[in-house]
Amino acid sequence: MSPASRRCRARTRKGERCRNPAGPDGLCAVHRRQSKAATPEPQAPLPGPPTPDAREPQAPFPAPPTPGAREPHPNRGPEPTPEPFASLLHWAEEAVEFLGRRVLGEYEIDEFGHDPDLVEHVLAPLLRPLYRHWWRVETRGLEHVPDSGPALVVGNHAGTLPFDALMVALALLDEHPAHRALRMLAADLAFDLPVIAPLARKSGNTLACAEDATRLLEAGELVGVWPEGYKGLGKPYRERYQLQRFGRGGFVEVALRTGAPIVPVAVVGSEEIYPMLANLRRLARLLGLPYFPVTPTFPALGPLGAIPLPSKWLIEFCPPIETAGLGPDAVLDPMVLFDLTDQVRDTIQQTVHRNLLERGGAFS
Amino acid sequence: MGRRILVTGAARSTGRRLVGALAEEPEVERVVAVDDLEPAEPFPARVEHLAVDLRSPALVRTVQSAGIDTCVHLGVTAEPRAAGGRASMKERNVLGTMQLLAAAYHAPDLRRLVLKSTTAVYGSSAAGPALWTESMPHETPRHGFGKDAIEVEDYVRSFDRRRPDVAVTVLRLANQVGPTVDNPLTRYFELPVCPTMLGFDPRLQFLHEEDTAEVLLRATLGPTHDGTFNVAGDGVVLLSQAIRIAGKPPLPIPEPLVNRVAELVGRTVDFSPEQIRFLQYGRVADTSAAAGQLGFTPKWSSLHAFEDFANTRLRRLVTEEQVARLEQDALGWLRRAAGWVARELPR
Repeated sequence: MSPASRRCRARTRKGERCRNPAGPDGLCAVHRRQSKAATPEPQAPLPGPPTPDAREPQAPFPAPPTPGAREPHPNRGPEPTPEPFASLLHWAEEAVEFLGRRVLGEYEIDEFGHDPDLVEHVLAPLLRPLYRHWWRVETRGLEHVPDSGPALVVGNHAGTLPFDALMVALALLDEHPAHRALRMLAADLAFDLPVIAPLARKSGNTLACAEDATRLLEAGELVGVWPEGYKGLGKPYRERYQLQRFGRGGFVEVALRTGAPIVPVAVVGSEEIYPMLANLRRLARLLGLPYFPVTPTFPALGPLGAIPLPSKWLIEFCPPIETAGLGPDAVLDPMVLFDLTDQVRDTIQQTVHRNLLERGGAFS
Repeated sequence: MGRRILVTGAARSTGRRLVGALAEEPEVERVVAVDDLEPAEPFPARVEHLAVDLRSPALVRTVQSAGIDTCVHLGVTAEPRAAGGRASMKERNVLGTMQLLAAAYHAPDLRRLVLKSTTAVYGSSAAGPALWTESMPHETPRHGFGKDAIEVEDYVRSFDRRRPDVAVTVLRLANQVGPTVDNPLTRYFELPVCPTMLGFDPRLQFLHEEDTAEVLLRATLGPTHDGTFNVAGDGVVLLSQAIRIAGKPPLPIPEPLVNRVAELVGRTVDFSPEQIRFLQYGRVADTSAAAGQLGFTPKWSSLHAFEDFANTRLRRLVTEEQVARLEQDALGWLRRAAGWVARELPR
C-alpha cells in the first residue's frame, strides 16, 4: 500500500491540489465535511457555498469585480453594480471567505511556518500603503530575479527597524511577474519576541543559519539575506549608506553549495526613515536588545516617534552573479568566498551611491 | 524458530496496540509484555504479561532465559504525575532503561533493539533551525521528559557500541494524536479553553496513532535498520490553527503569569515543565531519513492526523455548518446591499 499516492481529489480554496491523504471516497476529512456542509443548501438564491470541487481556482467567487458580468439575480433581474462598489463588494466577499477559513483553521502552512493566505490577505495589504504612498517606492531590475528556481537575494540593511527587507519582499510579491515570495533569513531575536515571532514565521522568514538557507534554496525558493545584520540596521545616521562588514560571508558558502545565483539588491531611502542620532547601549543591554535608538522623534514623542519619516525610496536589483559554474569545490577555497563576498558588497555599494545621486533630496 | 519479542511499557495505549498486532503475526513465537500497570483492554491469551517494574530482577531473568531476540523499549514516560512524581519518573525512565540494557547485554540471542524516543530531545528554542535532522547538534533540554529521553538515548547508543551484533533502531516520534491516544498534549486540547503564550504561535508536528503502530511494527518485524530516525506526519500545524480546528477558545497568557497558569493546568494535563517552551517555540523534525532509509512515510499528515483526533474526540464550539451558514448570510447581505446601492445611487 502506498498511501502517499492517494491524495484528496478536491482543490483547496487557493486552487492548489489538496495534499491531505484521501479516504475511500477520494476526499480527505476536511473536504468531505465541506461537501457535506455545502449540499443541504441548494435553494440559496446565489451560487452556493464553497464546494471545493465546483469552484474555479482562479475565480474564488462567482461575483467578478466588473459590472454587467455578474450572475443575474433570480428575483430582481440583472443588477449592474457601479465600478467602485463592485470592487468593494469583491473585497468584502474575499474578507468574509478569509474569516470563515481562519475561524475553522482551514489553511495550510509550510514547514517553516509560511502562511501565504495570511500574507496575501492581511500582511501585504497592511504594508502596501507604506510602499506605494508613504515611501513611493520605485523598483528596478526585477528582470534580474528568476521567475522560478532558487536565488539568493542579498541586500544592504539600514533604518533601525527592518522595513527595507519588508519592502524588498513586497516589491517581489507585487511587482515581479511571477509574484515571488521572498523567504528572508532573520536574527534569532525575531523569533524570540512576542507578537513578532509568529509574524516573522508566518510571513516566510526563518532563522539565519546555513541549514535553513540551504533547505530553502534546495526547495527552489527565493531567499533573502541581509549580511550586515544589526551592524547595518543599528548604525548612526552620520554613517548612512556606508555598507558595514558582510558578516563572515556565510551566504556565499550557501550559494556555492546549492549553486544558486546571487542577486544583489540596493535599497536607497531606508536610512532616513528613523535617523538614529544616538544609541543608548546600556539601556539596550538591560532590555536585551542589540541597540536602543534615539531619533529626532523617538523616544521624545513617545509612540508618535515610531512613525517612520516619508523618505523617497529606490530599490534596484542588480544582475545576478552565477555561482553554479564555480562548482561545489569552490566552497573549500576561502579566497573564492572572500572575493565573492567583496564583489557582492561592492556591487551594492556602487548601486546605492549611483541611486542616491539620482534621487537627490531624501524627502523629494 | 519464531521470533521472541519483549515489549516494555506494554500496557499503555501504544504498547497495547503493538502487543496485540505482534500476537497476530504467525512468525512471532513468543510475546512478553512488561509493565507493572494493567492494560485498559486485557492482553491476548498468548501474550505473557510480566507485571513488574523495569528495575525488577524478574525482568533480568526473563530477558536472559526466554531466548528473547528482539527488545522493544516503549517504557519511557512523559507524565510525571502518573509515574508518581518527577523523581520517580526519572528513576523509571533512566534507571529502568539502564537495568533493561544491563540485562540485554547478557542476552545471547538478542539481535534487535527498538527504542521509542521523542523529538523532544531537540528541545524548543528561538535559536534552532526550522527543521531538525537526526545528526544536527542540538541544545540539551535541561528538564523533564526531554532530558530523560536524551539520557536514555545515550545509554542505548553506548549499548550499541558494546553489542555490535545487535541492530539498534531509535525512533524519535513527534507528538502523537488519534482517536484513542491519551497523553499530555491530547489532554491539553481537551481542556475547555486552551491556554497559550501571549504573542507566540509555535509550529507543531503530529503523528497519528495508526502510523505510530505501523512504524513500530515495521521496526520490530521488518528488515533491520541501524540508526536514529525522526517520525512525524507530513507538514506542520500552527498551535493557533490546531486550536481553531479543535474548535476551542484560546486563552493567551502574558509571560509573567505563565508559570502560575502552567502549575494549575499542569495538574490536570500532567506535563513536565519543558512543555511550556514547546508551546512557545514549537519544534519540527525533518523526516526524510525515515522516508529514504526506513521506507516509511506516515499515512496521515500532521494536519489530517490532528483533524482525525479533533473529529473523534472533541466537540467543536463553532461547527463548519454554522460558519458556512454565517458566510452565506454575510455574502447574501453584502450582495443585496450592493444591489440596493446600484439601484438607488443613480437617483
